[in-house]
Amino acid sequence: MSSFLAISSPAQARRLFLGRSALVLSGAAVALLAGRDVLAAKSGKSTAADVRILNTALGAELEAIAAYQVGAESGLLEKPVLALAVQFQGHHKEHADVLASTIQKLGGKAVAAKSKYQFPVESLKNQADVLRFAAGLEKGAVSAYLGAVPLFANRDLSKAAASILGDEAMHWAVLRNALGENPVPSAFVS
Amino acid sequence: MLEGALLLAALVAVDVKAGDPKAGEAVYSRCLACHSLAYHRTGPRHCGLFGRRAGAAPGFEEYSAAMKRSKLVWNENTLDRFLSDPLKTVPGTTMTYAGVQDAKERTDLIAYLKQEGKCPAS
Repeated sequence: MSSFLAISSPAQARRLFLGRSALVLSGAAVALLAGRDVLAAKSGKSTAADVRILNTALGAELEAIAAYQVGAESGLLEKPVLALAVQFQGHHKEHADVLASTIQKLGGKAVAAKSKYQFPVESLKNQADVLRFAAGLEKGAVSAYLGAVPLFANRDLSKAAASILGDEAMHWAVLRNALGENPVPSAFVS
Repeated sequence: MLEGALLLAALVAVDVKAGDPKAGEAVYSRCLACHSLAYHRTGPRHCGLFGRRAGAAPGFEEYSAAMKRSKLVWNENTLDRFLSDPLKTVPGTTMTYAGVQDAKERTDLIAYLKQEGKCPAS
């Protein structure tokens, strides 16, 4: 299996990554979250519960953005890997933006980013450490969304959360591939 | 009937003790979007969990009112109940996760949390 780390040409590596990952979040799913006014019309106990789920997801997305920032500023990433990290961070920013706007549409108050996050920076010694750390976060994000999808009262939100799950799973697979690991280790995620 | 229930409870307790921490570490990877052992994140850190009152990890400010009110004290049994269905066990919790529904996975996860439960010296 090709490992990103084993590829000498950054351009070649970048083409390999981007070619494999098809990193495009479904525009329809984003519209489900951000653009449908029908969401704003719903209210009540089930909506409050949905807002709570969205806010937990938003908190995790904001933390992921901060984590990628740590990786990007670590000085440990080669240029093409850095570009990839910035791209993934951009996806998390899109997720966070759309989650926050949906929470507001539903009448909730979106959580803000913490003023400070704590990450195991002392254990990040090289590029592989950073990639492994990011892969762990992305894997956790996949599981978190998987655990949230069945909880929404509003099925449109379940569908949109599943769309974000798919994006996080692609991140996880690409990061595993970069580490020289099987990018898709099983037929199911848990 | 009561004897049967007691026997079942004893068997569950034995099962919890028989959890495999290594398998539990793999289950714990599902928690890593929000939790870590050593640091507070979107959710509270997990070191020092056993014997701690729910909603009371020092330095973690984001607990839901529901968690703080729950009066749970974390041990093998309360963790097993919470992890099986967080929202049913503590309605209003911000741990909006469907739960670990497989009993063996919960047992392994709890064994891992117990094994790794000591907080690093600060």
